[in-house]
Amino acid sequence: MTRPDREDTAPRTWRKPPFIANPWLRYGLWLVLVVYLVWAFGSLPFNWARIGEGLPRAARIFGGGFPPSFERGALMLTGFKESFQIAILATLLGVMLSIPFAVMAARNVAPLPVYLFGRAVIIISRSFHPVIVAILFVAAVGFGPLAGILTLTLYSIGFVGKLLAEEIEEIDWGQVEAMRATGAGYLATLFYAVFPQILPRQIGLSMYQLDSNLRASAVVGIVGAGGIGGTLMNAFGRYDYDFAFAILLIIIAVILVSEGISGWVRKKIW
Amino acid sequence: MLEISKLVKRYGRDEPVLKELDLRVEGSSVVAIVGASGAGKSTMLRCINRLVEPTSGSIRLNGTELVTLKGAALRRARRKIGMVFQGFNLIDRLTVMENVLAGRLGYVNLYQAIARRYPREDIERAFSLMERVGIAHYANKRADALSGGERQRVGVVRALMQEPEVLLADEPTASLDPRTSEQIMILLQSLASELSLPVLINIHNVAQARTYTERIVGLRHGKMIFDGTPGEFTRDALDAIYGGIESPDDEPTETSTSSTAQAKRGVPHDPA
Amino acid sequence: MVDHADALADRVWQRYDRRERLTRYAVLLVTLMVVVWAVRDIDIFWPWVWDAPNQISSLGARMWPPDPRGLGQILNAMVETVHIATLATLLTIFVALPVSYIAAQNTTPNRACLWLGRFILVSSRSVNTIIWALLFVAIFGPGVLAGILAIMFRSIGFIGKLMGEAIEEIDRHPVEAMEATGASKLKVIAYAVVPQVMPAFFAIVILRWDINIRESTVLGLVGAGGIGVLLQGAIDTFAWPTVATILIAIVALVLLGEAITSLLRRKVM
Repeated sequence: MTRPDREDTAPRTWRKPPFIANPWLRYGLWLVLVVYLVWAFGSLPFNWARIGEGLPRAARIFGGGFPPSFERGALMLTGFKESFQIAILATLLGVMLSIPFAVMAARNVAPLPVYLFGRAVIIISRSFHPVIVAILFVAAVGFGPLAGILTLTLYSIGFVGKLLAEEIEEIDWGQVEAMRATGAGYLATLFYAVFPQILPRQIGLSMYQLDSNLRASAVVGIVGAGGIGGTLMNAFGRYDYDFAFAILLIIIAVILVSEGISGWVRKKIW
Repeated sequence: MLEISKLVKRYGRDEPVLKELDLRVEGSSVVAIVGASGAGKSTMLRCINRLVEPTSGSIRLNGTELVTLKGAALRRARRKIGMVFQGFNLIDRLTVMENVLAGRLGYVNLYQAIARRYPREDIERAFSLMERVGIAHYANKRADALSGGERQRVGVVRALMQEPEVLLADEPTASLDPRTSEQIMILLQSLASELSLPVLINIHNVAQARTYTERIVGLRHGKMIFDGTPGEFTRDALDAIYGGIESPDDEPTETSTSSTAQAKRGVPHDPA
Repeated sequence: MVDHADALADRVWQRYDRRERLTRYAVLLVTLMVVVWAVRDIDIFWPWVWDAPNQISSLGARMWPPDPRGLGQILNAMVETVHIATLATLLTIFVALPVSYIAAQNTTPNRACLWLGRFILVSSRSVNTIIWALLFVAIFGPGVLAGILAIMFRSIGFIGKLMGEAIEEIDRHPVEAMEATGASKLKVIAYAVVPQVMPAFFAIVILRWDINIRESTVLGLVGAGGIGVLLQGAIDTFAWPTVATILIAIVALVLLGEAITSLLRRKVM
């Protein structure tokens, strides 16, 4: 079938050639999938009795949640204000601190030991979900917005630092060589040949990170790191579902607005 | 027999693209439709299989009125109308065979289509048609691995798989190099007589139209201004069709090469 | 550093005309005012801030050395975490694909479906996984089901939005060709849409699985199963060396997930 001279004897049936040519591998993968699903579903501890109560509970929660109550607007306002403050301060700190870490984590401008250290910081801060970091900071410095700021600062360093480091690794090396040729030192080279090339990107990233931090600030509060998340958690804990739903609606609205603004600003800049 | 009468197509409130067009195609004739860009060639062809909705008028294929058809009836009518496209319109990531069998989609059921379990006769037909145009050995190759001429052959076979009662070809050679485009024209010409199938070819290349077709229809501003044999297609007719718009593509070599590069990825046909 | 950046920026700004320069100063001024307001207004007890480095390092000291006891239990919880992420990702596919189909401009059956699809995507994406988890724990009680549902509900928006964009970006020509053969809508999708979005689909699902591994490590903090339950327990009982072990395990898991992801991506592409 694959060679013209065999056309006459070619079998006149046709099957779609399988995606994976080797039948052992093909059926093996299916088997692996089935075994995995059986294992996963079998080993997970489902509490069916409790799950069975779910529907009436859901009805009660949604019944209690509608209509959402905006009565305690002042409390909500305080929570949102704190979330904003956390997001703004953490973005500022994080974006500033991400620059030295990015330089450390860029292979072309940092010596090897420094590079490894910089990479390690970025990898670790990216590995942990902000909520885990938040719970640790709450344990270390106590409940409140300070833990939130520290958490999101670290989160921003990880994210912005990584992208910025990649950006530095891709800069036009000619400018660096030109600076070196004038006899400039290491720092002067950084400031005049490296930073100008990454500055536009950094502004865009900061806007993105502000948006991202605003989202995250709503959740770090759940473990006590300040902001609207704490208010939400309390409302849930006290079965104040109408208040909780009101908070959720506002969170969604704020996120949509912030996403819109951040997208608009980034389009303007780039 | 294909009968188009008083066909009008108007996009929005613009000047109509087709103005009460009349055309009859009988038997197994190869008809070339020539005209400058924007004359309405592509729109007319697409009105026949209703990829473009006609504004008014009537199109009858072997007695069936096509303009008023809807839903399943429209799909049943479409499968009797094969179409070959300028940009081939193949599904790049599927094999040649799947592309060819896709011509049967109007006939098979959904399960057969998704599981690729086409009836034996369809597969038999696919192989013999592919052998006829010389691409059978590519059956299991991905469509994007083929050259332009081979891809257009796949497009032709796909259209023929529909067992069409009429074949529409929208600039089938405009994306090909001169030699290949000659081959495709010869292929269309001989398939038309072998399968006794009427073929309508939109074509920019007047020289090819003269050589490979029996009848030339000239459109200008949505109106038919010439209808006759290649012998009758004189310098005057050419000037009437293209005059004052652009120079006619009299030299097949030049035109095809210039359009090949831009049409390689399949240029969207201009809607006008 | 800020001074230098400003000096540098000054130099760059020469390129812009007067009005643009004023806009830029105005933006800078507003930013500055917002920051000052945030610093002055925020509810922070400042002595704690100066004491924070001490507190953090003392917490670090209490965690060292990590306690290897209970490693078996931790590994089990890790496997559970991976299960939650994987099952949720697999299940999400079945919901996200239809949603992306109705939320894509070129395939949606009608306007109502388009807006319904967009509404589902936006609400799914705007609510964080952990908030979804909070809701599902309240409904179905603590446990892995709440975790799986939480991950699913967040992933639907992610996969659905990206798949919708992939569908909107397909080449129209094969669709036209399939319509011309008389194929029904479903057959057109199977032949002209599905093959075109396949690579994007794999890439998106793999990407989301990677993210879900990370997200499922925190579900336990609100009681929705996985390693987070152990972490919360260890923190509540001040078992800091165990906390350290769990943290190391999480880093290892996330890095492993990333390695598998990049391997898969290379295989599939």
